[in-house]
Amino acid sequence: MSTRLATGGRRLDRGRAQEFTFNGKRMQGHPGDTLASALLANGQMLMGRSFKYHRPRGVVASGAEEPNALVGLGEGTRFEPNQRATTTELFDGLVAVSQNHWPSLETDIGAVNTHFARFLPAGFYYKMFIHPRPFWKHVYEPFIRQSAGLGKAPNPGDPDRYEHFYYFCDVLVVGGGVAGLQSALAAAEAGAKVMLIEQTAHWGGRAPVDGGEVDGHPVEDWIDATIAKLQDMPNVTLRTRCMGAGVYDHGYALGYERVADHTPGSDAPRHRLWRIRAGQIVTATGAIERPLSFAGNDIPGVMLASAVRDYAVDYGVSIGDRTVVVTNNDDAYRTAITLKKLGLEIPAILDARQQGGGALAEEARALGIRIENGKGIAKVKGGKHVTGVAICAQAGEGAALEEIACEAVAMSGGWSPVVHLWSHCGGKLIWDEAQAHFRPDPENPPRGAQGEGFVLPAGSANGAGDLAGVLNDAHAAGQAAAKATGAKPKGKAPQGSASPEAPMQPVWLMPQGAGYKLRLKAWLDYQNDVKVSDVQLAAREGYESVEHAKRYTTLGMATDQGKLSNINGLAILSDALGQPIPQTGTTTFRPPYTPISLSSIAGEATKANFQPIRKTPMQGWHEANGADFEPVGQWRRPYCFPKGEEGRHEAVNREITQTRDSLGVLDASTLGKIIVKGPDAGRFMDMLYTNMMSTLKPGRCRYGLMCNENGFLMDDGVVARLDEDTFLCHTTTGGAESIHGHMEEWLQTEWWDWKVYTANVTEQYAQVGVAGPNSRKVIEKLTDDDISADALAFMGWTGITVAGIPARVFRISFAGELSFELSVPASHGRALWDALMEAGSEYGVMPYGTEAMHVMRAEKGFIMIGDETDGTVIPQDLNMQWAISKKKEDYLGKRAQERSHMADPNRWKLVGLETLDGSALPDGAYATAEGHNANGQRNVQGRVTSTYHSPTLGRGIAMGLVLHGPNRMGEVLEFPTVDGGIIKAKIVDQVFYDKDGEKQNG
Amino acid sequence: MLILTCPCCGVTAEETEFHQGGEAHLTRHGPGASEEEFHTYLFAKENPKGVHFERWRHNNGCGKWFHAARDTVTLEVYGTYSAQTLEPPQVIRDAITAKRPGWRWREFA
Amino acid sequence: MAEPVTALNGARFEGIATIEDAGPTGMITLRGDLASKEVKAAVKKAVGLDIPGQRAALGGKETAALWMSPDELLLMCPYDKVAETIATLDAALEGQHFLAVNVSDARSFLRISGGGAREVLAKLCPVDLSPDAFAPGMFRRTRMAQVPAAFWLDEGGTFHLVCFRSVGEYAFNLLKTAALSGGEVGVYG
Repeated sequence: MSTRLATGGRRLDRGRAQEFTFNGKRMQGHPGDTLASALLANGQMLMGRSFKYHRPRGVVASGAEEPNALVGLGEGTRFEPNQRATTTELFDGLVAVSQNHWPSLETDIGAVNTHFARFLPAGFYYKMFIHPRPFWKHVYEPFIRQSAGLGKAPNPGDPDRYEHFYYFCDVLVVGGGVAGLQSALAAAEAGAKVMLIEQTAHWGGRAPVDGGEVDGHPVEDWIDATIAKLQDMPNVTLRTRCMGAGVYDHGYALGYERVADHTPGSDAPRHRLWRIRAGQIVTATGAIERPLSFAGNDIPGVMLASAVRDYAVDYGVSIGDRTVVVTNNDDAYRTAITLKKLGLEIPAILDARQQGGGALAEEARALGIRIENGKGIAKVKGGKHVTGVAICAQAGEGAALEEIACEAVAMSGGWSPVVHLWSHCGGKLIWDEAQAHFRPDPENPPRGAQGEGFVLPAGSANGAGDLAGVLNDAHAAGQAAAKATGAKPKGKAPQGSASPEAPMQPVWLMPQGAGYKLRLKAWLDYQNDVKVSDVQLAAREGYESVEHAKRYTTLGMATDQGKLSNINGLAILSDALGQPIPQTGTTTFRPPYTPISLSSIAGEATKANFQPIRKTPMQGWHEANGADFEPVGQWRRPYCFPKGEEGRHEAVNREITQTRDSLGVLDASTLGKIIVKGPDAGRFMDMLYTNMMSTLKPGRCRYGLMCNENGFLMDDGVVARLDEDTFLCHTTTGGAESIHGHMEEWLQTEWWDWKVYTANVTEQYAQVGVAGPNSRKVIEKLTDDDISADALAFMGWTGITVAGIPARVFRISFAGELSFELSVPASHGRALWDALMEAGSEYGVMPYGTEAMHVMRAEKGFIMIGDETDGTVIPQDLNMQWAISKKKEDYLGKRAQERSHMADPNRWKLVGLETLDGSALPDGAYATAEGHNANGQRNVQGRVTSTYHSPTLGRGIAMGLVLHGPNRMGEVLEFPTVDGGIIKAKIVDQVFYDKDGEKQNG
Repeated sequence: MLILTCPCCGVTAEETEFHQGGEAHLTRHGPGASEEEFHTYLFAKENPKGVHFERWRHNNGCGKWFHAARDTVTLEVYGTYSAQTLEPPQVIRDAITAKRPGWRWREFA
Repeated sequence: MAEPVTALNGARFEGIATIEDAGPTGMITLRGDLASKEVKAAVKKAVGLDIPGQRAALGGKETAALWMSPDELLLMCPYDKVAETIATLDAALEGQHFLAVNVSDARSFLRISGGGAREVLAKLCPVDLSPDAFAPGMFRRTRMAQVPAAFWLDEGGTFHLVCFRSVGEYAFNLLKTAALSGGEVGVYG
């Protein structure tokens, strides 16, 4: 059983205790512990269950690569699943639960899967659940969904705050081990602006555990001194708990800073996502030790040799009294030596290499440790924890030579550089035969905006070996990065101690001739339960591409993304395919390096800041008066203003009736307003609109249509000519920005010699539509200016003072009543609104919303962009030839409207539709025609574009596009409804109300 | 995420300040154009693997349109220049041929 | 006429920086040939300032001239002086091709001051806000979270930020969230 040693633990503050719980059990650790080290210190080896077979699993690693020790952290709204115990800093009150088991971690029903393992090989799901077809939906899928998923999703509401931070530097160094420190120092001393980020809470990486000297001092002292030096440099930014999550185009990188994970409830943001733009990026991301593939290599107590060493040195934790070390390289000897010096037993070092190790082996032998060269593990004994190993000849098939009792196995299959960040943006890899690993290909780095390489690997991430090699490599990388950003490197690398090692020997399967039964228990991917036998099966079944084999077996697809398993897996695949490893290649490395919180990606964009909500100057009144809002673009416009118990429908009807009978007001501030000015403004307006706008007289308004070059309607609105040189274009609410952009695009990219300036003044004005028979009267109460029919005719505008506010008044009508639009500076919008409400009270003034506006315009047969148009409709479809100037040689969309398809007489045309039973047609309903099309669907001859209940007419009214519609007045069409019924509607004129316009002209 | 330099205001900024606006150097065809000319203008856009010319707008910035010569494979930016021109200026063409010997304007790969 | 009401109506928040509504301010969009002597003279006459250089802000007594684009300035003056200032521009530029239009009500105008001001903006805008990169007198139009915004820095270390009026509340909330205590980043010394 694992336990805390009496002494040691360089990261611990042994003087203080921290309380935490695991599955409800109270435990104690120290500041400096990770959750994993604290659990081990409490004898808790079993930390979770695997995904597929629910195998009991303990921690394997000591860092970000951990596949097994995933836990649910926190409670309530702060609960978070799948957190790695190895990267979770312990804090007082931490609450953790294990996952993927029922009813408990110790006794799990799902573990029965492991006995069927030979029936659940790679591709099992694909093969099993395909027949019979109907079973998928009703039997298989519900079952799989029930058993799938790792961890539980947290419940709603995240109480924490997250943020982004944009940062710019010359050189970003990722990784705060000795390589990162030296690279940062070299770059900073050259004068570059440097940012150095480290994913853990500690600087120095694993060098202090491995030991060695720099310039004659212990490496630990050198780390402290270097950090102190960097901290004093004004051009250096240091950040711990900040992981380099991804590298992207043109020097962009994401840093994921866990600001307050270890201090929950503090007022700091929990995570900060650094959006870094760097000139050069140095990836000093270190290396990850590989497991060895032998039977039973997933039993709790089998761990990476480096992790066993880390727990002993950093946290004063022993995994067991007796640790068998099994290795194919010299580095694992350090673990044996470390443990032995701590007074723990090393029953044997099993070195798979026939020729054995070098100097470190000598040192171990001198300590009296038994070393067996050419030997390996046939199988590990034990269930929920290791009880012993059977040893065998690596060259053989696994015949047990001897059984050795032990509680822990420290394994090492060699080291793989962490090349993820190098690879994210296209950096290529080369296979290093001697180290049996992929490392960055210096000839093929990721390339930036100028085609320059912008990532430099450093230290063991570049395949460098001992401290001397790492420091030299890192120094060179730091200087090169600084130089590439224009700085002037100087100085030499510090001298690290050399520790020559005997060559490692690739071992992809232990023993090399392991039979099927052993391979069936030799795990590659712990989290997803992928074994050597699965990858071999995939190869036999034809999955030759590593990307295919990955998806077929799920190798490397777990939350750890195969940090431990990928190289071993593709070596097995290569062997099965009989090809060298580089030919098989790797799967694609994609960001983030380890999972990052979705909230950090959202940053500030949650709750009130989720998206911009645009508000008019009168929004406060609407909110205070019970408006029922609807989104229109980013605006929220009142749909209607229900009173008391009133529903939407009643409110809309009331608003319409009162407007038509007396007086209604509409907040029309959201309408787009664009100024177009210049000597060529008329010419430009004639190109923008289908109408002739250049002939419009100052003081007059004209309704206009805008089409794109495809000929399709894109916007409409009233244009007012302010003076000889100046037009004011009203656009739809949603069109303001895009139409302004459209104008500028043509002016800047096509007609740049035209003298025209535009300005988007949409938000300068609050605009109020005042409609109804009493509209003139109410405005007259508020102004001394003359707005009589003679002074201000229909489609005219003038400047007046209303309620003491300078205003433009436009005599235009969308409701079909006598109506005015008042436009005042936005800062006075609310004052105007209040004045109108007060002055209008004697007429029973009623604010109306967008729905009343829609119904009233439909009663008048006016089109609405987005209802009658959908991006495929031309003005001619809407019988709006009257708005298309025939005198103009050109306008945007003119040529397109001459294309044969546009001029086709069979295009559907706009008509009014009147249901025979008075009901309202369903929105978007199709009119059926005789026969069926090639797909066996009913033929259609038209569709509804707008449909409402008209309180004015007391019946349903609609508009629609119908084949030869205008020539078929009086014909009855059939519209099937969703529930299988049919509604009949007669083709009628689209103007339902006040056909002669007597009201609006009044 | 790309970085581009707006030639109108001189800012070098990330892609989120900009809006891509399709192929640059199109010739507008209006009334009187043949079906073929008009079709080509509206629909037949270049889609090269390699050097490409695009229109961009600095919409979260100075609001101006400009042109960019860019590589669609390597994402290298050869240069940005005024939108008020019918063809890429010589300095841009030279910058491209320096990196892609043999490349010629209007010979899309 | 009643007092003008800004979208933020005097809102203020103090955290690692102070965010406040700058109140009603006269703003004029001036488009024209910024290199011409006529425009130069007109701006001088209207707000007493020179034409600012590319992406620069010039501040005067109650006035400012901000470089928006190669053919556009944003001129600032007291809110009640706008009509007068536009009349001055109109008169001075008579016969020229130009556009001078009142946008005072179309914008929200905020001040961000205090020790955390740079960091607060750097949480929201993809701009290098370190002191060596962004100095007083610089003017930058950019993106603030999901909306366009523009700001400049004065000699006293205060940022002045302009965005559209309709998103004034959104902008204020963003800045406020970024300025909540505990949010110090600590990178600008």
